[in-house]
Amino acid sequence: MAPSHKRNVKLGKLSKPSVKIAKIDLNSTVDNILESKKHANDVFDVFEFLQSEREKDVITAVEACSNLFSTLLERKELFKGKLPAEDDALSGECSAEDKYHIFIRHRYNNCVEMLLEHLSHELHAIQEASLCCLMKFAAAEGQHPLEDLDWSEHYSFPRELMQAIVDRLLSRTMDKSLLISRFHEFLEKDDIRYYVMSSIRENVGKVMDKSKGEVMPVYQHNVFTLISNISMPKEESELSNFMVKQEAKHEHWKAAKLIEHKRTFERMWLGFLKYKLPGNMYKKVLVILHDAILPHMSKPTLMIDFLTAAYDVGGAISLLALNGLFVLMHEHNLDYPDFYKKLYNLLEPSIFHVKYRARFFHLANLFLSSSHLPVYLVAAFAKRLARLALTAPPTALLIVLPFIYNLIRRHPSSRVLIHKPSAEDEPLEDPYLMDEDDPAQCHALESSLWEIKTLQRHYHPDVAKTATLINTPLSQKEDDISEVLEITTFELMERNLKQTLTKSIPLEFEAATQLLSVGKDVMGQHFCLE
Amino acid sequence: MGKVPKKHSVADKVRKVKTSAEIKNNPFEVKINRKKFDVLGRKSKHDVGLPGVSRSKAINKRKETLLKEYRQKNKSSKFIDRRFGEYDSKMAPEEKILQRFAMERQRAIEKKDMYNLNEEEELTHYGQSLSEMEKFTDMVNSDDESEEKGRLSAELTASHFGGGGGLLRKKSAGEHPDDDGGPKAKSRQELIEELIHKSKQEKRERQVQKEEAQELTEKLDHDWKSIQTLMVRKKPKAQRDETPVEKPKLEEYDKMVRELGFEMKAQPSEKMKTPEELAREDREKLQKLEADRLRRMMGDEEPEVAPSRSHVSADDLHDGFILDKDDKKTLAYQDGKWNLDEEPVENGAKGEEEEEEEEKVGGGSNEEVEEEEEEEVGGGSNEEAEEEVDDASSEEEEEKDDEEEEEEEEEGEKEEDGHSDLESERESEEEEEDEEVKPEKSKEERKAQQEAAKAELPYTFTVPESANDLEKLLCGHTPDNQRLIMARTQKCNHPSLAVGNKLKLQKLVGLLLDYLGELACRSPPELTTIDKLIPEVYSLCQMFPQAACKSMQTILGDAAHSMEEVLEVKGNAAFPTLDVLIYLKVAALLFPTSDFRHPVTTPALLYIGQALTKCPVRSLEDVTSGLVLCCLAVEYVSFSKRFLPELINFLSGTLHLAVRDKTSAGYSVVPPFRSAGKHSDLLVLSDPESWKSWSRKTLPLSATQQLAFKNDVHADHYRLTCVYTCMELLSKCCVLYKDLVCFTHIFQPITALLSQHLSFTLLTEPLKELRTAILEVLGAAPLARSRLVFNKKKPVPLKLFTPKIVQVLDYGKKRGQTREQKEEHRLRHKYKKEFKGALREIRKDTRFLASEKLDDIMRRDAERKRKVKELFGSLATQEGEWKALKRRKRK
Repeated sequence: MAPSHKRNVKLGKLSKPSVKIAKIDLNSTVDNILESKKHANDVFDVFEFLQSEREKDVITAVEACSNLFSTLLERKELFKGKLPAEDDALSGECSAEDKYHIFIRHRYNNCVEMLLEHLSHELHAIQEASLCCLMKFAAAEGQHPLEDLDWSEHYSFPRELMQAIVDRLLSRTMDKSLLISRFHEFLEKDDIRYYVMSSIRENVGKVMDKSKGEVMPVYQHNVFTLISNISMPKEESELSNFMVKQEAKHEHWKAAKLIEHKRTFERMWLGFLKYKLPGNMYKKVLVILHDAILPHMSKPTLMIDFLTAAYDVGGAISLLALNGLFVLMHEHNLDYPDFYKKLYNLLEPSIFHVKYRARFFHLANLFLSSSHLPVYLVAAFAKRLARLALTAPPTALLIVLPFIYNLIRRHPSSRVLIHKPSAEDEPLEDPYLMDEDDPAQCHALESSLWEIKTLQRHYHPDVAKTATLINTPLSQKEDDISEVLEITTFELMERNLKQTLTKSIPLEFEAATQLLSVGKDVMGQHFCLE
Repeated sequence: MGKVPKKHSVADKVRKVKTSAEIKNNPFEVKINRKKFDVLGRKSKHDVGLPGVSRSKAINKRKETLLKEYRQKNKSSKFIDRRFGEYDSKMAPEEKILQRFAMERQRAIEKKDMYNLNEEEELTHYGQSLSEMEKFTDMVNSDDESEEKGRLSAELTASHFGGGGGLLRKKSAGEHPDDDGGPKAKSRQELIEELIHKSKQEKRERQVQKEEAQELTEKLDHDWKSIQTLMVRKKPKAQRDETPVEKPKLEEYDKMVRELGFEMKAQPSEKMKTPEELAREDREKLQKLEADRLRRMMGDEEPEVAPSRSHVSADDLHDGFILDKDDKKTLAYQDGKWNLDEEPVENGAKGEEEEEEEEKVGGGSNEEVEEEEEEEVGGGSNEEAEEEVDDASSEEEEEKDDEEEEEEEEEGEKEEDGHSDLESERESEEEEEDEEVKPEKSKEERKAQQEAAKAELPYTFTVPESANDLEKLLCGHTPDNQRLIMARTQKCNHPSLAVGNKLKLQKLVGLLLDYLGELACRSPPELTTIDKLIPEVYSLCQMFPQAACKSMQTILGDAAHSMEEVLEVKGNAAFPTLDVLIYLKVAALLFPTSDFRHPVTTPALLYIGQALTKCPVRSLEDVTSGLVLCCLAVEYVSFSKRFLPELINFLSGTLHLAVRDKTSAGYSVVPPFRSAGKHSDLLVLSDPESWKSWSRKTLPLSATQQLAFKNDVHADHYRLTCVYTCMELLSKCCVLYKDLVCFTHIFQPITALLSQHLSFTLLTEPLKELRTAILEVLGAAPLARSRLVFNKKKPVPLKLFTPKIVQVLDYGKKRGQTREQKEEHRLRHKYKKEFKGALREIRKDTRFLASEKLDDIMRRDAERKRKVKELFGSLATQEGEWKALKRRKRK
């Protein structure tokens, strides 16, 4: 066993072996090490490569390491239990065998540390290779635990290693989404998922406490990417895919119980949402909340605080919070005071332009489908939507108009909005108050939907046609708005583009002589050809 | 008797023919059909019959028809007399002859071609063609009437009162003796012949007289001339006075008749040309020009054509202007003088003027020259148009001008009224040379001519097949020439000229549109070229609406698709590039924007709306693009006055950009604008005082792509222009949407912005004026409106209990059938009846034929028997005689 530095020097002199040679070298070195304990010191050669600048060298070295140590772990040639310091062990009087074991264990620890470092490497290939290698180690460690397993509650799972990996993954400075998505493959294993979730909770608590209320966009983004894609099992029976097979005491193992999974999941999310989030993160969370988070929580009502806070934020966030609130109200008997008033106040010109328009109208349709709503409320909603429709794009109008019609159909007493023959014939100003927050006070019932009358002159033929429906009594059957919810302008255009190619196409009869004519067209008056 | 054309049986026919009273009353002939019941009011047709009569009639009929057919059965030849009325026994033979004669005449003068207007029959008067008489070549002839002074000639009377052709009149004259029952000695034919003969003779006599008279007159003239000189001093009046005395005064009426007779009939002018012919002509013209150009490029000498100045009638319509190459001046008065002498001088002066101007600008850039030229061309051609009787369209003029150029080059005439831009300079040089060495063409001159020809545009083009070809074809040409190239390409390849042309041109539509986009994408964008190409695109589009529509749709669809993709990823998109803006504009030029639904303009409008809502305004370029889109939107809806929410949103958002203090509310902005944020101060002036130096300008289209400002003031001016444009558009929108029910609500943000927030920004006079104007319109809008009610429906009539009355027309028949069933029954019954009748007839026919055949056989047998008997008889007598002879001999 030669002193290590000598070896290092020697290695340093070897000038840039070609990659192939390095690979052959490394493979032979690993074989050597595995063959006899004499060559144990060659480990340093491998480490040298591991720290090299070149990508390929590093990757081959990582492979070599993974080979080497997993074999060693299998052979149980690593020291178990509490590890004494290396120098002490070498100088101390134990058997050569023990010394060798301790040496190898130390090298193993070094290797793990280096790989963890590599997780933050700038090259993705290296990150990925290191991650895979580490997970291989974790699996091997699970099978051949390095700790003494005396107590019953200790299960052989390399928790520390896992914690270290998670810590590295949730970087505060680097966007790790690529690596995290690779990591998700490992989360298929139920036990890994369980332990990773608890590690995340610990990590989040630690990091966010330190930040003292500040938002940390990169970090939180990393956390979100990691936790938003955790796919939870639905039933207990699905929990069968484990990385570490526990021989005994299986039924008491927490990682094998669904309820425990749910609890950890819930704690993890609550821990994450407890802290202040960046604006767009709010939206992202709210978008997945109702179908990716709430069903997997043991007590979904715990989310109520978060949702109410989000609902009060206003704008798009409120719109998104609606969905979660709906689930809670619908399935968990949540009682929300002034819900409709708030919903009414959510109606602003921007709802027609936001991305989540379809979802909002879908939910609003659900909320307003109750037949127990007072007429004034329905009228207020209809009138406000109609007023807002004056600024809406055609795609939104194709949703809103049937929406209003449906409201009127469900509540026949609100028909006065489009048909009020008994009133005196003299014209009147619109009594509706747009700025009133309370739907009860806005006099919507006394008004008429003149806005829809206006929209009969809309430029898009479909909209204009739909708007003319108010000229006659509405049909009994409700319109199905679900099919227009997701319509895009391009689809609308395509409808027109695909149509009527067989018929003759009308042409402009006035002969065009120039692009901009100053006299006639509007563009010519304001723009010139320059 | 399957041949009977009508369905009536022979029996019916027989029944209809009246039988004589004797037979009718003969009780042996009459058969009375016994009636079982007497029905009151029913008239029976068949209660009394004459079976003998009808049978004999039927047999006679059969003998006439069936028997004849039977006799003719296996014979193929037949004689048919096809003369008119040959078989008509009711016609008198004279009448027949007359008719035949009339028909003969008619056939002779019948037109060969019904629609041929040109080859009219020659009208004659006394056997001389009227058209010749119109020319008044033979003055003497017109003196015919004067021969019989005072008396009206028979012919004259006839022409005045006859009313019709001479034939009719003659006939009526000839008929009188017939009617009188007078001697029928002369037949009609003879009478006519006599008449004709007489008139011919008269005519011959007259001819002879006339010739003699003419000879005499000529002789007199001759003599008169010889002594005229001697008589000059004497009173010539005396002579002249005599003539009116001699001739009887023509009466007004006669004059009128004459005039009407000789009045020029509407002459068919030159045939209207079909588009195909026009296209062919156009192509031929271009081909000819091309051939000319090529020849000159090769340097061949032109065959010398003497520029003979021959005058054309003032009435000449210049119809065949393609053929006569020199530009002939029409003979006309100008300011009371002949234009003959002055013109060359005038033209020369003009030419010199132009030359001078050309020299002046000769040093300048090419483009300048072009502009100058264009103006001059306009002016020049106008003058020309006044001088000439020429109503050719501008395009034709252009073509013609081109032709004239060529002439000018050879003739050296200073008669420039138009030319292509490229050659102008060279030409002027040439002309200078020409002045010095005119008589023979020098070598340099020829060389120069070659160059000119090279530079000149070719006249025929093949249709480019791909975008590259098109670009190759057009690149390097001035905008005007590019237009010319496209126009010529279109003409040379008109669909009516060859089979594949249609497809090629259809493809060209798409290529040309793509080319427009490409021009707009260049930096700097070549907008003038686009401008020039618009008419070509338009005409192509008129020719192939389908193709144009399709390619426009693809363009718009692609643009929308790419925007949609960006939107899906990012949530917002960049403003459309200049080419898309141009396409939108072109779409509005090519297709009607006011249609309720149109395959092109509706998507285009949707695209505009989409762009106005989804594209965030981040720079002044974006503002400009947005304003262009707004302009387009206003244009699209200006006719239909349709409501475009996006337009108002964008305009109010643009005004919001100019608001300095964003905190105060009163209005809400709609995406893509935000009430406050990074780019929400784009139109706020950096220096509040900069408005003082601002003046109104139009925005350049290129500003949608990139903008560069020299300093802050410049930028501020640009901002003010943007605000101004925005306000102008708003005022237009106010007018457009004034009638909408929710007008005030739609414009509420604008009212708030203008009245509260922008009052101090809009300091300049034009802006102030606009603001007050808009606010006035907004203030004047009525706030009150009547409530909504459904459209009144037609009241549904109540159910009534009065019985429904149905008229029953056929009593005693089966009821409760539909009309179709009744009809079917009726037809079936009729069929049965007819079938039976036909069967009966056939049976009778066969019976008749059989009896005839039997008759024949009997007759033949009898004949044979008779002959045999005869033979036997003769033989017996012979034998008897022979025996008697023998006996005698023996004796």
